[in-house]
Amino acid sequence: MSTSTKSAAPPPSVEDPPTPTLRPAPRGGWRRSLRRDWQLYSLAVLPLLFFLVFRYLPMIGNVIAFRRFEPGGSMFGEDWVGLRYVRMFLSDPTFWQVFRNTLWLGGLTLVFCFPIPIVLALLLNEVRRRSLKRFVQSVSYLPHFLSIVIVAGLTLQMLATDGPVNHALGWLGHDEVRFIQEPGWFRTIYVGSEIWQTAGWGTILYLAALTTIDEDLYEAARIDGANRWQQIWHVTLPGIRPTMITLLILNIGTFMAVGFEKVLLLYNPLTYPTADVISTYVYRTGVESNSFSYAAAIGLFEAVIGLVLITSANTLSRRTVGTSLW
Amino acid sequence: MVKPSRSYRVFQGVNGVILTLVVVVTLYPFVNIVARSFSGERQIRAGEVTLWPKGFNLTTYKIVFQDSMFWRNYGNTVFYTLVSTAVAMVLTTCYAYVLSKKNLRGRGVLVGVAVFTMFFTGGLIPNYILVTELGLKNSVWAIALPNAISVFNLLVMKAFFESLPSELEEAAQIDGLSTYGILLRIVLPLSKAVVATMVLFYTVSFWNSWFGAFLYMDRSDLMPVTVYLRNLIAGATGGGNAGATTAELSQVGASIQAVTIVLTALPIISVYPFVQRYFVSGVMLGAVKG
Repeated sequence: MSTSTKSAAPPPSVEDPPTPTLRPAPRGGWRRSLRRDWQLYSLAVLPLLFFLVFRYLPMIGNVIAFRRFEPGGSMFGEDWVGLRYVRMFLSDPTFWQVFRNTLWLGGLTLVFCFPIPIVLALLLNEVRRRSLKRFVQSVSYLPHFLSIVIVAGLTLQMLATDGPVNHALGWLGHDEVRFIQEPGWFRTIYVGSEIWQTAGWGTILYLAALTTIDEDLYEAARIDGANRWQQIWHVTLPGIRPTMITLLILNIGTFMAVGFEKVLLLYNPLTYPTADVISTYVYRTGVESNSFSYAAAIGLFEAVIGLVLITSANTLSRRTVGTSLW
Repeated sequence: MVKPSRSYRVFQGVNGVILTLVVVVTLYPFVNIVARSFSGERQIRAGEVTLWPKGFNLTTYKIVFQDSMFWRNYGNTVFYTLVSTAVAMVLTTCYAYVLSKKNLRGRGVLVGVAVFTMFFTGGLIPNYILVTELGLKNSVWAIALPNAISVFNLLVMKAFFESLPSELEEAAQIDGLSTYGILLRIVLPLSKAVVATMVLFYTVSFWNSWFGAFLYMDRSDLMPVTVYLRNLIAGATGGGNAGATTAELSQVGASIQAVTIVLTALPIISVYPFVQRYFVSGVMLGAVKG
């Protein structure tokens, strides 16, 4: 794996393999290690407890998707019911609607929110005045630091019937649009606010990758007679390709988990036909209607698809371009 | 030096226009919301407010300031953020330090335990049941414990610890310091930069969070200010009772929402210029070191 690939992977799954380091493990095995390093191991006890209780226990807790759960009973359910809940959601028309909505929102997010940071980074890279470049960067990072509640609040205020967007439309002689209540507008609003919030922050890794490209390559390209566009096409883009692929894999991995919190904040019963996604449906059936087993079955389905997606994207990318997360 | 070609100068011009547009589109909602927060309700309604307050008044600020629930929720946010960040820092630092010991037996397993959770998680429902059954509902622990370690932060810290010269620790060990002593007296003082960055990461994310409290807190006096804001928004736009009532609600809401948004975002926006570079370097560190 090239070094630039490493520089691109934010969740650093590029991890040392479990096989230990070159130095042989201390002789005497576990007993001896424990005696020598017991203080170090003791520091790991509480964090391990955290992972076991709050990360791995809920994974096991998913068995309630196949067991009848009763509030107040065991968190692992009462008795086995097999695939009953799976069959239930597969024949549930609402499930298929939220499934389609998830694919739509996930797909649109991928199509728009993945390339825009690349374009923005390329444009920023062409700015010669450093102060100007820094200013644009600082401003475009800003929305990333705000609570999603604030982003949703701003979005709703901008698009309210008496908001700036509608007034701009009014000046253009257009009728008022009830953006928030129209199912037809939800996808645009969702993707638009997502771009607003994430585009600037997304440029960071690309800008870092751009600085690692050897200036000599541009020099050579110029001598070969390449114009600006050709330089971008033949030098810049190949230079940031590992970063692009890594981020693409990560984006595909989170495809199914489309911004649950944002949808929850932006949607309302009028926009459910386009806005309701798997995770919000899980939330409503589980937490609001207390159908825990049914909701867990849907949630597990979503998580498994997500895992399959990221694994296959990773494998595909390793086979075709030789870049992968692990 | 070759004189820039005409097409390149055109490109530079177009680029400038595009980036200016990016800046305007990003900033406009902020400027507008601040202007709204100081404007009269009638002027907001009429769409006269754009970049500057119209019908300047502080009435809405007074209304929000006099709402004891707002202040209680604001205080909750501070309290939850402090406790959660403290817990998260202790656990993350301990584990990162252990993971940074390259020769530790079983280290690979310990790393794997953490990294695997980045790709597969239990999901909403099992987590909800777990937190409920542990009796954490309506306490700060429902927010602090389930998010005590962010694996990304953990790996950034681990990378930093690994970059420290091991000779220092060896010398301290020879001088008779225990592992705890080395961590507290040698490693942490050398790691002020990364510790500060991690505190910042956690503080901002806990300050901004809302969903945990929304799930696990049953009483409005336990809510953080983000949920207070969320309820305002939901009240004003909730399509559940769409119709005449929505119009009335949003009539009351527009400037109150604006004020609440401004006050909730204020702490972050005011420290933003000073902390931004730490965030950027933290993200780079996490990305490069893996």
